Amino acid sequence: MATNVSLLLETLRESKVWKSVFRRGPANSNRTRSMAVFGNLFLHWMPVKVREKSLHVRASYYLGSISFLLFLILFVTGILLMFYYHPAAPNAYRDMKDLQFVVSNGVFLRNLHRLAAHLMVFMVFAHMFHVFYRGGYKPPHEFNWVIGVVLLLVTLFLSYTGYLLPWDQLAFWAVTVGTNIISAMPVIGDKIRFLLLGGHIVGENALLRFYVMHVLILPLVALVLIGIHFWRVQKDGGLTVKSKDSDGR
Amino acid sequence: MADNKIETGFSSDAKKDPRRVVFVTKKTSAKVLGDRGPQLMTYPHLLLREAIAFEILVIAMVVIALFWDAPLEQLANPLLTPNPAKAPWYFLGLQELLHFFPPFVAGILIPTLVVIALVVIPYFNINVEGEPLWSKHPSRNLRTVLISMVLLLAFLAFFDAWTIILPTAIIASILIFSYTAREKSGSWQATLGAKPLSWWIMTWFIAVSICLTVVGTFFRGPGWSWVWPWRTHVG
Repeated sequence: MATNVSLLLETLRESKVWKSVFRRGPANSNRTRSMAVFGNLFLHWMPVKVREKSLHVRASYYLGSISFLLFLILFVTGILLMFYYHPAAPNAYRDMKDLQFVVSNGVFLRNLHRLAAHLMVFMVFAHMFHVFYRGGYKPPHEFNWVIGVVLLLVTLFLSYTGYLLPWDQLAFWAVTVGTNIISAMPVIGDKIRFLLLGGHIVGENALLRFYVMHVLILPLVALVLIGIHFWRVQKDGGLTVKSKDSDGR
Repeated sequence: MADNKIETGFSSDAKKDPRRVVFVTKKTSAKVLGDRGPQLMTYPHLLLREAIAFEILVIAMVVIALFWDAPLEQLANPLLTPNPAKAPWYFLGLQELLHFFPPFVAGILIPTLVVIALVVIPYFNINVEGEPLWSKHPSRNLRTVLISMVLLLAFLAFFDAWTIILPTAIIASILIFSYTAREKSGSWQATLGAKPLSWWIMTWFIAVSICLTVVGTFFRGPGWSWVWPWRTHVG
């Protein structure tokens, strides 16, 4: 059975159709394995070869990868949630109730999105601190560190704009508390707050603005910056080599 | 090239004459990358690991999401202020700061300075070189460290910001301890004694952030007063 399956797979990979889709045959030599990476739009920003050391769990704890994977989970669950959501008050809250009582697995979907969001904030922080302690900000990685800091801010804003969307007491007051702080900014504080909320209080306009930022602007910014971030890792020569890497790290 | 001499000249035929000329000036000294060690193919070695990480992550999250429900309170009501009104957990450190400092300092000045400080880390040579704090002029550095710590603690004490004082004092004691332990070799004390200044500042920052966030999340109740999380109170 097992041999039949592998034989079938092998025949499939040798087929014309497979080659037309993946631009190569089976990845059974280092040449075709290289092509599997640089001949693929979604993988071509990765290096063809990686140092064995940087694959060790202790080199990264996969914190950056996990942050990105969480972003993907948030992308998918977020799109599914958008099918059931109206960014208007009080409809937004009614949609939450619908997720709870009407939509199949609606609560599960929201749980997953919320869990991934909190976890992503945590993982991005953990990733930053780990990179710092490993010296990952040192040349030639300086600018990628800066992009990382911006990505941290984007992650925080993404999470924060999403916080308002359920339109319950928790959401409303968390955002009220947060945006009140902006008023403390001298001269332009109140203007920026007005721009952000579309009014003087957290109301329907604020909900719509937060929604647009949450589902369109910020994910787009995040996606572009993540692309640059990954691409720069490869261009800057992979994960940071520590001087004491000889001890197995 | 038998005598390994570097020649200069003009040639544009790369196939015929593949020699390259490198100008080494003081500013652009040749960089030695050293041995990068054995390498593996990204496909399959890295991609397989990422796939496994993804699967474990998804399975763990699905299990948690099945049993841990996202909270949903009453419909938003601008006339009914909960006490305390709390921001999401990652901003509760800032909200804890608001308890001690005026809104401009806690809400605008400190976050802005933190972001600027993070951005400029790689552009200062002291952070890039990462020399141990006690490697040169240890006694002079100790004096500077002590004076800045006393000033910082006095400043925090003036604002009664004891949830910042506590982690600061702990990190400060470890820092002073590392001074006494700097010459011991081959122990964890020596490792501590060889940490650079940036390490200490970042560790202090993380300690303060964690303390503020934990206190803000679990130990603050009505009117931002101190509560014990295991004692339920009627809000």
